[in-house]
Amino acid sequence: MSWAAKDLGDWVETAKRDPRARWLGVALIAVALAVLPFVAGAVGGRGWVRIIDFALLYVMLALGLNIVVGFAGLLDLGYIAFYAVGAYTYALLASPHFGIHLPVWLVLPMGAGVAGVFGVLLGAPTLKLRGDYLAIVTLGFGEIIRIFLNNLNAPVNITNGPQGVNRIDPISFSNFSLARPVEVLGIDVPSVHLYYYLFLALALLVIFVSLRLENSRIGRAWVAIREDEVAARAMGINTRNIKLLAFAMGASFGGIAGGLFAGFQGFVSPESFILMESVVVLCMVVLGGMGHIPGVILGAVLLAAMPEVFRNTIVPVQQQLFGKIVFDPEVVRMLLFGLALVLVMLFRPAGIWPSTTRKRELAS
Amino acid sequence: MSAVDFEILLQQILNGLVLGSVYALVALGYTMVYGVLGLINFAHGEVVMIGALSTLSAARLLQSVLPGLPGPIVLLLSTLAAIPVCMALGYTIERVAYRPLRFAPRLAPLITAIGVSILLQNIAMVVWGRSYHSFPAYVSTEPFQVFGATMTPVQVVIIVVAMAIMAGLMFLVHRTKLGRAMRATAENQSVAGLMGVNINAIISITFVIGSALAAVAGVMVAANYSIAHYYMGFVLGLKAFTAAVLGGIGNLGGAVAGGLLLGLIESLGAGYIGDLTGGFMGSNYQDVFAFFVLIMVLVFRPSGLMGERVAERA
Repeated sequence: MSWAAKDLGDWVETAKRDPRARWLGVALIAVALAVLPFVAGAVGGRGWVRIIDFALLYVMLALGLNIVVGFAGLLDLGYIAFYAVGAYTYALLASPHFGIHLPVWLVLPMGAGVAGVFGVLLGAPTLKLRGDYLAIVTLGFGEIIRIFLNNLNAPVNITNGPQGVNRIDPISFSNFSLARPVEVLGIDVPSVHLYYYLFLALALLVIFVSLRLENSRIGRAWVAIREDEVAARAMGINTRNIKLLAFAMGASFGGIAGGLFAGFQGFVSPESFILMESVVVLCMVVLGGMGHIPGVILGAVLLAAMPEVFRNTIVPVQQQLFGKIVFDPEVVRMLLFGLALVLVMLFRPAGIWPSTTRKRELAS
Repeated sequence: MSAVDFEILLQQILNGLVLGSVYALVALGYTMVYGVLGLINFAHGEVVMIGALSTLSAARLLQSVLPGLPGPIVLLLSTLAAIPVCMALGYTIERVAYRPLRFAPRLAPLITAIGVSILLQNIAMVVWGRSYHSFPAYVSTEPFQVFGATMTPVQVVIIVVAMAIMAGLMFLVHRTKLGRAMRATAENQSVAGLMGVNINAIISITFVIGSALAAVAGVMVAANYSIAHYYMGFVLGLKAFTAAVLGGIGNLGGAVAGGLLLGLIESLGAGYIGDLTGGFMGSNYQDVFAFFVLIMVLVFRPSGLMGERVAERA
């Protein structure tokens, strides 16, 4: 346990007990989050705000996967497939591709629903078996979804194949489109900032739902199954249905994030949904601390920012050392991810910011 | 059935057998590890890939040193060089990533396995680059006719070598002292330990043997498709795992049968899917079959063709 994390933990514990400190903390965080895009935009330009937007999407994804892996202890290696399903649902129902332009408040829930259905379809045959099977079936499922997205352009063009779907409608609410900058109180608010606030709101919603789930009857059932499935069943938990619920709920979080991605990006293609993306999200959950919501958020933010940090450090360092780029930053990133998965599991299985309960369990 | 139809069918069956022999070799690696440890070695597919690529490197080196050497000898020698590489790799994987976690919660070794797999893939990408390497035809790929279907000598070699290796493995497991120790470990680790079996050594040996098979399988795939690249292990591993499940995971004979069967299903499926779906799906869906088979097996017969019942471990 590092000192910084311990101090932070102690400080959080004290602050939790004092209501005034708590409100002050919440207010400070709220202000910080509200001005974050302007600060980031001023320091590093629009590109940084975009990265923050993506980090928020990853927070949603990681929290969705956390339900499956962290709470229920089911290893899902094809999680990005649900993201893909959500993204393509949005892309197909709100773009000139089919000429359908459904409104956002309809498409996003549909994306979540379709992803949830896929989650159930995938989970139903495998969840009664051992966890290893689930892992490998989800791994295959992720690939299959990508193969279908890649090939469903002939003879009937559904997904437009490897070219993907473009000119997707931006997210808009009746006449207010997030793609156009607006002026509020004399300040120009560009499109990426608007998306930031939307993603922030939804990420907070996802965090709220996750927190409430964690302490609910269902959440406790998930944890019980993770710790000992036979004992959980003996306690009267319908393990199959509860596991299916975890799967469907995790999938629908991924579906929402996928829909937002499609609307934000304006373009989707199978390229965005490769296996490595599933691994990245899994890394966020595992590194941050499986089953611990603040840890998972931390993991998601850290790892989402990592490619940028790498681009700005590894490339210049290599040019200094060798005069050319020997290791592609992307390769270095994946190497570190693989290494991190192994090392975290060996030396710090509860993650960098573990929950107090988990810590107690592992210590005893 | 007309003569042409028959020739096409025969062709698909031959292709299926070639593919199936490779799947069977890889599936044996999965099934052996599963037998002794009850763990799916996710990194196994990457060992196959490392086997193929290091054979390629060894062959290039060999040919630059001794340019006059005939192709089959080059391939044989470089495969023999790649096998120890993969054996060492298999041993290291077990030692570093799995052994410390043998008594940890189930999720932990699964995650390290994925980590190792990603690590190996990216190391291979650094060492051998992102591009596809063409795998030279060390064994002739000049086709000849068998009852109207075409076959290449390399395919014949694949089938023969695979069958010989599998027979050897069966002998090892069922007729030797080492094999008995392996079976005892698979049956019950602690009791086997009490009977004087060195459990850790047996587990290491299992990984080493599985990795040697993987190396050979890697060379076969590369020779058959004349291509090798850093990503070739992933899908192959997935399919071989399916083959192991189809045959009944933990059962050696099952892995062989499952591998051959999956090869046939895939080859026939890819050949006829166009007709079956009225042209809606083509052979580009070949990779979907293995997965479909996996789901079907898990739904209707999770224990596989020859396996025992698979239940959640209490």
